[in-house]
Order: sequence, then C-alpha cells, then structure tokens
Amino acid sequence: MTDDQTLRGRRNALKCMAYGGAGTLFALSGGLLTPVDLAVAADAKADISRLGKPLFVQISDTHIGFAKDANPDVNGTLTRAIDLVNGMEEQPALVIHTGDITHLSKAEEFDLAQQMFSKLRTTELHTTPGEHDTADPTVTEYFSRFGKASQNRGYYSFDHAGVHFVCLINVLQFKAGGLGTLGAEQLAWVMADLQARSSSTPIVVFAHMPLWTIYEPWGWGTGDASQLLDQLRRFGSVTVLNGHIHQIVQKVEGNMTFHTARSTAYPQPVAGTAAGPGPLKVPAEQLASRLGISSVSVVRHPRSLALNDVTLGSV
Amino acid sequence: MTKSRRSLLGAVVMAALWLVCAGASAAGPAQGDRVLIKDFMFSPMALTTKVGGEVTWVNQDDEPHTVVSDTGLFRSGALDTGNSYTFKFDKPGTYHVFCSMHPQMTATIVVE
Repeated sequence: MTDDQTLRGRRNALKCMAYGGAGTLFALSGGLLTPVDLAVAADAKADISRLGKPLFVQISDTHIGFAKDANPDVNGTLTRAIDLVNGMEEQPALVIHTGDITHLSKAEEFDLAQQMFSKLRTTELHTTPGEHDTADPTVTEYFSRFGKASQNRGYYSFDHAGVHFVCLINVLQFKAGGLGTLGAEQLAWVMADLQARSSSTPIVVFAHMPLWTIYEPWGWGTGDASQLLDQLRRFGSVTVLNGHIHQIVQKVEGNMTFHTARSTAYPQPVAGTAAGPGPLKVPAEQLASRLGISSVSVVRHPRSLALNDVTLGSV
Repeated sequence: MTKSRRSLLGAVVMAALWLVCAGASAAGPAQGDRVLIKDFMFSPMALTTKVGGEVTWVNQDDEPHTVVSDTGLFRSGALDTGNSYTFKFDKPGTYHVFCSMHPQMTATIVVE
C-alpha cells in the first residue's frame, strides 16, 4: 500500500461492492480494500508484499469432503491457500476460519481438515462453524474439536494487538425460518462483552452467515442481527467478516465494514441467478481466480484496519 | 423329499422371494412414501400418510440437506446427493420438518 493510496482512503469513504477480478481499489473507512488477482506468480509476489504486516488472515468455506464437478479437489485448493498464507513474507498473527470447514460434518472430514490446518505456520487458529459443520445428528463433531475456546457455546471474544475480536455462531437452527439466528442468550452476552470496551477500540466480528441481509430468498442473512448492529454502531472501527456465500460482497455503513469471503473450495452463483445457492461450476481455467482468502492489516495503528482479498489465481 | 413336501418347500421359497422383492423396492404404497429433495425444496411439500407409515426423503440436489422435525422428534445427518433417510410415524398428528442447513426449506406430514 503506498502513501498515496492511504491518503485517498482517508479522504473518501465509498460504498462499493467488490467481486473477483484484478487490482481495483476501494476506500474503506480510512483503510484500503484491494482484491488481488494472482494470475501471474511474479506479480503475485509484488502484490503480497504490498499487503504489509497482516494482523490476521480469513479463510472460509473449505468444505473438506466435497468432491463434485465444481471442484473435484478441494484438498488441493485448500493446500494452495495454505501455501499462499505460508508464503507471506510476514506471517499473520492469527488465522480466522469463518466456517463450513467440512462438507458433511463427518469425523473423517474434520480430522483431515485439522491435519491440513496444522501445516499453517501461524499456530493461532480461531473458528466459527458453518451449517455444513453442525449437520451431524448430535452436533458434536465440530464442538468436540473446536469448541474449547467458547466452552462449547460457539461464541467468545479475545483481544490481540489492541483489536477486540468477537466470534459469533449463527447456524444453530432450531426451527424453520429463512435466515441465520444469533438467539437471545448470545445477544445478551455480546451486549455485556462490548459494554466494557471504549468506542475507539477496533472491533472485528466474525460469524459464518452474513450478519446483514444480502438475499433473503436464499437465506443470506441473519434474522436477529439488527440488535447486534445496534450495539456496534458507537465504535470507531468495526469490521464484520462472514463466509457462507462463496463470493465477495461488501457493504460500508458509517464506521462499519461488512465483508464476505471467497471459498477455498468452490464458487456459488450470484444472488438470484440460479435455483438455489448450490455449487457453481466454472471453466477450469477460471476456478482459481474465484477462490481465495482475505488478509487484514492494521493501517494506522490502532485506529483502523485494511482488508485485502487474494485469489488463488490460475498458476 | 415327497411330492407334497417339495411343493410346500417351493411355496415357502416363492413366498420368501416375494417378501425379499417387496422389501427391496424403494417406492410403492406398501413400503411408504417418498419425498424428493430437489432445488432447495421438499417435494411434495405436504404429504398425508397412515399411522405406522414410513416416509423416505431422498436428496437429489448437488447440495447436502438435512431433515429435522421441529419438535426434535427426529434428525437425519447430512444427506449428500443420493443419500436417503427414513422415519416411521407411529403416532397420528401433523409434523413439520425443515432443513437445518437451509431453514427456508419446510414441509408438512399429516399422519392419520
């Protein structure tokens, strides 16, 4: 990131949506958002070095166990994503996985995923489950492996480098309905958790399903998120990170930036362009540019965060 | 073996074969009702069956789904493409099911 780009970012707060593709710059409440296309390895090195020191990397929707047309080798594409992260000149302090670690909540899928994550040079991994992770009849496979941090509740918070991270769960559906659910207990916990924080603390909230309504007919949203957003509005820098939809959709609202990540497994159709949000087969040479990770750096410590999306490219 | 015993044995074998064939068939009123899961919908969305009847859900989508009763009575695991789940309804009543992964998908089963 050059100084020029940072200045532009400070002056302008644009509301934009970013999809794949090469090098378009968007301003982000004082930070910078740059989708990076790694079509050529040499260019990729230059782009990665521009990211600066990443605070954390977001990986999402790895879907270990998926083996259909849209991507017959999700293990291979996850390995490439992990290699990409491991290849960063400066390692992120932590990795956040925003869910759908597995495809069918099977024990062997979770075991393989854990094995693969252990190859990350960064050892601190935080996760929130997707609906594909909580589909086993007793909903124990995810929690027995990843539930400790939240005492099996699925929600918890932690601090790092002056940033307050809030991990939420919105995929435990106990009844029919359209969207994700946070529930009264979790919302009460968030209220208490945030109360002690000063408004100048940068906040990062992450959960699997989008915490704002992107497309209701496909369940892309969280029904009771408005109560959460009301709690977040007073903070000077809020970054909301989600997965679930396997494509980048972004919204900026005041000091809040909402961002969904690409998957490392397969893309999904743009809202409303198919019968439902299932796997989308694209030509083989396009697949890598539709998959990727996001890297978040602190731009003007400790005030704001800059978010960069990086694709696996077609190398 | 006497003639009568042979014909009795033959009848038993035929009956056994018939039972095996009937048990192996996936559809048909004798074996219960079939619900297809396709295009993020249960099809049919409303179904009536008898007490003791079995309903089998078959996933034909590229996306996994689950079948969950909203009272917690039953819960399939993740059904991949081609997987199925069967539940036998022993008590009359109206049952609502949904997919816990895509909760906008709902259906009703009336058991008489």
